[in-house]
Amino acid sequence: MTPVFDLTLIWVGIIGFGVIMYVLMDGFDLGQGILFPFAPDEDARDVMMNSVAPVWDGNETWLVLGGAGLLAAFPLVYSVFLPALYIGVFLMLAGLIFRGVAFEFRFKANTSRYLWNWAFSGGSIVAAFAQGAVVGTYIQGFETENMRYVGGALDWLTPFTVLTGVGLLLGYALLGSTWLIMKSEGYIQDWAYKITPCLLFGVLIIFGLIGIWSPFIDDMIRERWFTSISLLWLIPLVTLGFAAWTLRAVAKRQEGFPFVATVGLFVSTFVSLLVSKWPYVVPPNYTFWDASSAHESQLFLLLGLLFVVPFVLMYTAWTYWVFRGKVKAGEGYH
Amino acid sequence: MELDPLLLSRIQFAFVVSFHAIFPVFTIGLASFIALLEGLFYKTRNPLWERLAKFWTQVFAVVFGMGVVSGIVMSFQFGTNWSNFSYATANFLGPVLSYEVVTAFFLEAAFLGVLLFGRNKVPKGVHLFAAIMVAVGTFISSFWILAANSWMQTPAGVDLRDGIFHVTSWGQALFNASFIWRFIHMALASFLTGGFVVAGVSAWYLLRKREVEANKKALSMTLWLLLLIAPSQALVGDFHGLNTLEHQPTKVAAMEGNWERSEGVPLLLFAIPDSKNETNHFEIGIPKLASLILTHEWEGEVPGLLDVPAEERPPVGIVFWAFRIMVGIGFIMIGFALAGLWLRRGGRYWQSPRFLKGLTLMSVSPFIAVLAGWFVTEVGRAPWLVYGLMTQAEGLTPSLTGGMALFTLIGYIAVYAAVFSAGIYYLLRLFQAGIEAQDEDHELDFDHAKRPMSAAHVSLDNGGKL
Ligand code: HDD
Ligand code: HEM
Ligand code: HEM
Repeated sequence: MTPVFDLTLIWVGIIGFGVIMYVLMDGFDLGQGILFPFAPDEDARDVMMNSVAPVWDGNETWLVLGGAGLLAAFPLVYSVFLPALYIGVFLMLAGLIFRGVAFEFRFKANTSRYLWNWAFSGGSIVAAFAQGAVVGTYIQGFETENMRYVGGALDWLTPFTVLTGVGLLLGYALLGSTWLIMKSEGYIQDWAYKITPCLLFGVLIIFGLIGIWSPFIDDMIRERWFTSISLLWLIPLVTLGFAAWTLRAVAKRQEGFPFVATVGLFVSTFVSLLVSKWPYVVPPNYTFWDASSAHESQLFLLLGLLFVVPFVLMYTAWTYWVFRGKVKAGEGYH
Repeated sequence: MELDPLLLSRIQFAFVVSFHAIFPVFTIGLASFIALLEGLFYKTRNPLWERLAKFWTQVFAVVFGMGVVSGIVMSFQFGTNWSNFSYATANFLGPVLSYEVVTAFFLEAAFLGVLLFGRNKVPKGVHLFAAIMVAVGTFISSFWILAANSWMQTPAGVDLRDGIFHVTSWGQALFNASFIWRFIHMALASFLTGGFVVAGVSAWYLLRKREVEANKKALSMTLWLLLLIAPSQALVGDFHGLNTLEHQPTKVAAMEGNWERSEGVPLLLFAIPDSKNETNHFEIGIPKLASLILTHEWEGEVPGLLDVPAEERPPVGIVFWAFRIMVGIGFIMIGFALAGLWLRRGGRYWQSPRFLKGLTLMSVSPFIAVLAGWFVTEVGRAPWLVYGLMTQAEGLTPSLTGGMALFTLIGYIAVYAAVFSAGIYYLLRLFQAGIEAQDEDHELDFDHAKRPMSAAHVSLDNGGKL
């Protein structure tokens, strides 16, 4: 390993940060789409969509950064995951296309509006499910030979990955409902308060099932968690703590906290996933170090990022500030 | 029949990237136009500018949305269908595409939100700033993506070790031999696209005597712009061609339909290239002109397709004809720009029905020219993916089967067909409603707020606002 600092390790941190940013940010706006069919009425749907319309493009940009960043820092991940998930990636992209254009088209449609409602929710659901299946596939591992994926087209679709797909779907819905609590008022907010605990229980049950199932799928996970009782077990405890906080905040009707607590729940789940598979990034064969790109490429990009990313975070935060506060029913588009 | 994953992947890439490409060229030009309108409004406070800005921003929003979603597809295409290529070139392309995301896409996305939704939420100066930032973002984005593409055409600054490219000089790799011409040519193409669409739509309104004051202004502005840009494009295109002659002679041979390396080569206006018999049929040409254009000498030597073995030649017919379509449109554009200048005498440029009808038709021409240009560039590079270093076949994903590739190809065609027709439909409706719709908008917003919640939007279904 390099003496002064380990670039690859820094890149693990950066990509990890990018992934969790994406999951949280696109999570709450995909969540609007997932909840769309269940919304009380068309006005509520307007509010839901308007609450994310100014920011969804920026949120999705984190996904693009994830793709490009992986290509730059861990090309092996990019060139194994995408062929392995070929069909799944296509479904995700098709979903993102439909929901993306629905933002523009729905507000311009008259009689065909219901079609764009479907495009928005259908697209969000498919995209969220496919992303969850990616997580499941990562836990399962990839069939590789000589740095190339050699498995089949549908290896990524198993009962286990279906479960993780549904898990992330519910998770995004939860992020969506707690976001909506923050951004709406009146009967829409009441509705969001009402569904949040149900979603939370759904999420906990499925995350629990995944936790029980994973050790049977992957020996490494079993050994890591069960050979000795270690500090690792604190992480799921923290997750449960965040779940309890979410419930309490909903019960007390504290507007901002359910969202914050849900974010905590996601972050701690993400951390437990990382420590389960560490240091493998293309399991079962390749670690982050096997997968990384040339030193000088990692360095070249890192130097730029150190300079640019603070600005990105600043003006992103600024747009959230500009569009802070409640979204009112019937508030105009454009 | 065996399904060939290579051929299907090429068709798929050509399809998705062509689909994507038509949106950026429009949004790049339009973003600058909107920033200009916002700037004029900020300076003069003349509401006319704001009306124009608002109208074109609505158009921009639809097109930009389609650009974003099709762009997201592009960033995964490399990995899904060309994973060997991605793995081999990641040391260069990875950082370049990442820089594009952090320097351009985030900028565009953040300020787009403010541009579209923030008119009443931020001070006027900040709104103008947002418009400028979006325009700047589109150019930063083209910088990186064209650096990536040019590097694949004229690779430099890298060292190929064990099948993997290692960057030895970032400067040479980014500012490779063809980059600067490609960048300028593409920037001008974007302005031409924005210009001809705005001119065409304004002309259409003027023909119908709608919002004459505003549309006349828009038309006049764009005609001045086109007068400057259209001839420059031909000039830059010429330099671009000279550069290609130096670095990709086979491509130029295909563009010219020239089989034997020879001197005093004619410029072919018409021909049907025949790759099997290595000749052309039905040639019509102007003697010695190709030599003159390419070497600036009547007897200059022009490379021939026979210089390289058959398997290193691109599909000649596509390159040959795509090139003629692009250049042909380029000259028609110059013609329109000059006609506009001529008609200014006596202010006829906004009244001559023939001119206005012609302009309306011309609004699709830049898209055709842009696609034709990219086809010249990309098909002309075949069979190479990284010119001279890596072929398309070597870049393909090893686990990809013909069936998988066919499935997604059909999938993308279906999805894009749906999205594209809807997009065109809403754009046409936006044009139909026109600038006037803004006035109704205000009334609508007003009574909208008063209406009982459950009844909202009913009136929208009956017309008025789109
Ligand atoms: C010369 C211009 C140009 C060219 C050749 C390309 N693009 Fe593009 N792209 C843009 C100019 C652009 C843009 C103007 O910056 C867009 C259009 C709409 C937008 O949001 O930004 C964009 C959007 C866009 C997005 C969405 C960004 C977002 O989330 O905001 C992605 C991921 C890509 N592109 C990726 C690509 C890839 C992988 C290409 C090559 C194969 C490509 N683009 C060719
Ligand atoms: C946006 C405008 C672009 C258009 C319209 C375009 C068009 C095309 C076409 C028609 C092909 C197929 C050539 C053939 O198979 O005969 C192709 C191939 C390809 N292009 Fe482009 N291209 C564009 C930009 C880019 C850029 C910016 C990149 C890279 C950064 C790129 C990378 C590729 C690759 C990897 C292929 C491989 C597939 C192949 O060669 O068949 N293209 N493109
Ligand atoms: C009028 C005379 C024109 C000439 C002589 C010309 C010349 C060229 C040449 C030689 C190339 C291929 C370079 C290569 O692949 O190495 C090219 C590509 C291209 N052209 Fe043109 N062009 C002209 C007009 C136009 C117009 C009017 C447009 C669009 C509005 C346009 C858009 C493009 C695009 C998008 C490409 C592909 C990207 C690139 O390689 O720059 N061109 N042009």
